[in-house]
Formats: sequence, C-alpha cells, structure tokens
Amino acid sequence: MKKILYILQKEFIQVFRNKTMLPMIFGVPIIQLVVLVHAATLEMKSIDLYIVDKDLSSLSTKLVNKFEGSPFYTISGRSFSIDQANKEIENNKADVILHIPNGFEHNLIRNNSSEIQLLIDGINGTAANLINAYSISVISDFNKNIIVDLTQMPKMAEMEPISIQTSFWYNPELNYKTYMLPGILVILVTIISLFMTAMNIVREKEMGTIEQINVTPIRKYEFIIGKLVPFMIIALFELAFGLTIGKIFFHIPIVGSVGLLFGFTLVYLLVVLSLGLFISTLASTQQQVMFISFFFMLVFILMSGIFTPTESMPLWAQRVNIINPFYYYMRVIRMILLKGSEFWDISREFFSLLIYGTIMLSLATWRYRKVA
Amino acid sequence: MDNEYIIEVKDLKKSYDKVEAVKGVNFSVSKGELFGLIGPDGAGKTSIFRILTTLLYPSSGEATIFGYNVVADYKKIRNNIGYMPQRFSLYQDLSVIENLEFFAQVFGTTVEQNYDLIKDIYSQIEPFKNRLAGKLSGGMKQKLALSCALIHSPDVLILDEPTTGVDAVSRKEFWEMLIRLKQKGITILVSTPYMDEANLCDRVGLIQDGKIMTINTPHHITAQFGRKLWEVKSDNIYRLITDLKQIDFVDTVYPFGEFLHITSKTNEIDDNKLKALLQPNHTSIKLNQINANIEDCFMELMNK
Repeated sequence: MKKILYILQKEFIQVFRNKTMLPMIFGVPIIQLVVLVHAATLEMKSIDLYIVDKDLSSLSTKLVNKFEGSPFYTISGRSFSIDQANKEIENNKADVILHIPNGFEHNLIRNNSSEIQLLIDGINGTAANLINAYSISVISDFNKNIIVDLTQMPKMAEMEPISIQTSFWYNPELNYKTYMLPGILVILVTIISLFMTAMNIVREKEMGTIEQINVTPIRKYEFIIGKLVPFMIIALFELAFGLTIGKIFFHIPIVGSVGLLFGFTLVYLLVVLSLGLFISTLASTQQQVMFISFFFMLVFILMSGIFTPTESMPLWAQRVNIINPFYYYMRVIRMILLKGSEFWDISREFFSLLIYGTIMLSLATWRYRKVA
Repeated sequence: MDNEYIIEVKDLKKSYDKVEAVKGVNFSVSKGELFGLIGPDGAGKTSIFRILTTLLYPSSGEATIFGYNVVADYKKIRNNIGYMPQRFSLYQDLSVIENLEFFAQVFGTTVEQNYDLIKDIYSQIEPFKNRLAGKLSGGMKQKLALSCALIHSPDVLILDEPTTGVDAVSRKEFWEMLIRLKQKGITILVSTPYMDEANLCDRVGLIQDGKIMTINTPHHITAQFGRKLWEVKSDNIYRLITDLKQIDFVDTVYPFGEFLHITSKTNEIDDNKLKALLQPNHTSIKLNQINANIEDCFMELMNK
C-alpha cells in the first residue's frame, strides 16, 4: 500500500516537471471551451437571401418583407432572372434563392394555393438544413397570416386557424452553448485521461524504465493503480475547472447535483483509463499510441451524439454505441447539468459503464501481465 | 556450504519466433564469485540475463537463483537481486537523489539504511544529486544505475554490459568498484563484449551464437590455448594481413591493436624465413612469440 503512495509521488513529480503538461492541463480547457463553444455554433446569424420576385404583387412584397424583417436574413440582391440568381449561389454570394413565380397572388386568391420555390446552396448539409428550417418557419408564419386575412369575410370569421405554441424544455431558448459546452467537457476529460495514461505507460517502455520497475517487488496492481490514479485526479480537476469556466463565462445551467456528476465521472474514467492502459499494451511507441487513440477518439466522438442526435442514427450505429463510452457520458452530463436528473434516471448508464469498466480493466490488466 | 551455487542455469533455451537466441546454456555461479559472460553482440547474453532477472520466460530448460526457480518463484528472486540493464533505464526526468530514493522506497528500505554499501560509488555523484538523471554524463549514469541496483542491498548483482559506451577511465573505475563489492560478499554476474575485462573475473564463460564455448578461470582458458602464438608488426599493417594469409605455413591471422596475432600450421615459425618472405613489401618488421590472451582463445574456439 505504501508503495502505491511512492509511485504516486513519483508520477506527480514527473507530470509537473514535464514542461508541456501544465499548459496542457490549464491551457487546453480554456482554449477548447472558449474557442470551440463560440466557433462551433449551429446558429445561422446571417443568411444571404437572393430574391427573384416575378410577381411583384402586394402579397409577394409582404412575403419578401417578412424575410427582410427577420434578424437571420440579409438580402444580398434582387433580379428577375433565375439564371442570374444561380450565378450568385455559384459565386458564394448567396446562400438561398427565394423564387416567387408570376401569378403568385392571383393563384393564391383564386385557388387557395400557390407555389414558391426555395433554392438552397447544399454544399454544407448542416447549414442547408438549417436554412431550410428557418425559411419554412418564416413562410408558414406568413401562410398563417394569409389564411387569417383571406378568411376575414363575415360568415367565416369564427374559423380560427390552429395555432401551435412550441416550448423547449431544459433549454428554452435552444441556446447552443448550453448544449455544446457539456459535450466539449466530455471530450476534454477523455482526451486528458486516455492520451496521458497510454502515453505515460508507453513512455516507460520507450525509455526502458519499465525493465527496472519490473525487477522490483512492485506488484502489477500497484503499478497499474499508481499509473491510473494520477490521471484520474487530473481529469476530475479538469472537469471542475471546465465547469467553472462554463459557469462564469457561459452561464451554463447546473441544475443537477455536482456530486452525482463527479460520481458518474469516476465510473466513466474507470472505462477510459482502462482503455488507455489497454492501448498502452498494444503499442510500443508513443507514436503508435497517438494513432490508435486518435482512431478510437474520432469514431467515438462522431458517434457520441455531440453534434447529431444518436436516436437518428441507423440501428447498427446505435448498437455500436453500446461500446462507445462517450455516448453514455455525453447523455448523462447533459441530463445532470441541464435537466437535473437524479441517480435513478441515469442508473442504466451508470451500471452499464460500471460493467464496461470492470471488463475493460480486467482485459487491460490481463494483457498487461501477458506482455510485460 | 563452501561450494554453494547461487545461480544455476541448466540447458536453457530461448527462441524468438524463428530465431533461436539461446541454444542450451549451462553454467553456475558460486557464492561471492565474480562471473563474466564474454561474447560479441547478439551472442545471447542479454536474453540469458533477462531470463535470470525474471523478465523473460525461457523456452525450455531451467534457471534458479538461491534455489528459486526464475519462473515459479519470481517474486522471491526480485527482492534479492540488483539488475542493471544494458540501456540506461532510470527516470531521466527525475534527479539523481529522486531516482535513488524511489528505488529504495519500492524495495521497502531507505537510502540511509544502505548508504554504506553505495557510499564508494554514490559519493562520486553526490555533488550532482539534484541534477536530472538525463543530464548526467555516461560515466555518471553508470554509477547512478549501479547505486540504484545496490540500494536494497541485494545478494546478487546482475549487470548487462555495464561498461559498453563508457570511456576507458570510467571502465577501469567501474571494475574496481565491482571488485570491492565482491569483497563485501556480493555475487556478481556480469556480461561484456570487451575481452580485456575477462581477466578481472574469477571465472568466465565464453559465449558465441547462443552457446557457451568454454567456462573456466581466465588463467586456465589462456593456458588451454595449446599452441604457440606470435605477434607481427610492420609499417603497412593492412598489406601485412593479406600478405601473411598468402604464406603457406601461416594458419590464422587476427588484428589486435597495432599488432597482428598469427599461428602456424607447424606450430613453429622461422623468424628469418618469415621476414624474408615479407621483405619486398614491408619495412621494420617485428616478430615476437607471446602468450595467448582471452581474445585469442575466443577466436580459436570460434573457429572450431
């Protein structure tokens, strides 16, 4: 038991003596949180709209005004030629074309229906989807008012259109930062713990110091605990540090229990640190560690639901997510922080990770024994 | 218990995939003995040492230290041996004193407790005790590594090529330290590619290509050479090698420093006859009959 303390002491001396370590621990969270949360935003602030209004009626002008009035759109130009408009998209001067054909008002009043066309630059699928959704909401809002206008004849006055009131729970303004920051915290905590554990152990292999350790009476479990605990402490510190930055600078809500979050993080770290240990038994150089970890990280992050909801993934991907530790943590950190989930709400994720961590640690320890 | 064997190796074999690095090695080291394993790079020395220090499983055969099997009882062995690997394997980012204290602690002891044992060696690097181990010179690294290997007062010291890459003065000092440690009753197993260091061992095993060719005291090994040996020198040493090889009665020619060591098929060399044969191409020829050293014996055994 005392030996573990000596190993811990040695590890901490080495960690803090490493010149790149302190900037990593303090600099990376600040940069990642401040820059990424601001930069990786899904809000479209200025959509360049090109107008092709061939109708020039009072209704079509109203529709154009509706777009102009929205804070999300800037009118980049107008013309009567759709070819001219297409060129604007090709030259990246416009994101979307609103094409109102001749007879728009006429058809609407006569036939109670009319058509307009939206041409969206699809080079970035996510942006295109957002523009589509924004535009449709503007048009349907316009549509609703039309119905009211057109039905203002006395005999039909009692017919009210159904109005839908939408409200978003747990993130009422759909604030992107509130949603993104916990996700970035997940990545941060994982990078620190996974990379550093794997790198640290492989460094001992590279330097040959593991030989010298192996001839001492240090037991394998003492060595492994001595290696995992420092990075567990650093990762927990990272989480606290990140949460503080989030609270102070981004005012992210912390609805649930912080204690529960740290408890869950501990179980999560069991998985990630074991994964790091496992990778270190596969690799013999730090370069190999980088490649192997990078591969896992990229796949796991993209599938974790940080950008896209996991529910919309195909069934096979959802199955793969069973072994994706990011997926569990991404869900739970948002649940606890934004929703205030209690232990019983996250118990499924908690026990899944606990089992996962136990299996992973046994596997890594077993492989470590075999290799070393 | 006079002839108690501390280390015993029986028919030890080790293969890596298709390469057989150790091909059935037998030797034993008595208590308090300084035993040297002498052989070139790739002879299998490191594999044998790694098996003895419980870092590697043998493919077959048996090795014991203090009667404990290196595979089954590895825990008991680890408490009682000091190992110095060929490569400097201490923490380069820890200081001299931090390294020493760490290794003392993990063996459940303190630097103070065994200070007497390492005093000779450690006192030389003590002025630099706060310097990072990675910033030490080669000779100082060796001394630190030896101090760390000794800090838990082991009964057996296993040193894998401790003097490779160290300057001549440090090498000499290092061997003086080993001999003092031997006098303190520590059994020492050392490997080296330097034949001149063999004479400092009590007994040596000459190893080549995974097999031990002979084991004996350095004196007996050179005595077993059994042939006459001459050293030759001239102004043009490179030309001399090719010229000597063309002379019919000359058997072997090996360069040793500024001399060539030669043997004769008839075990006799006529001084004048040889000089006459070499005269056209060489000036200031010197020829002396000498006693064989370990390296001569090694070359002789290698060609058998």
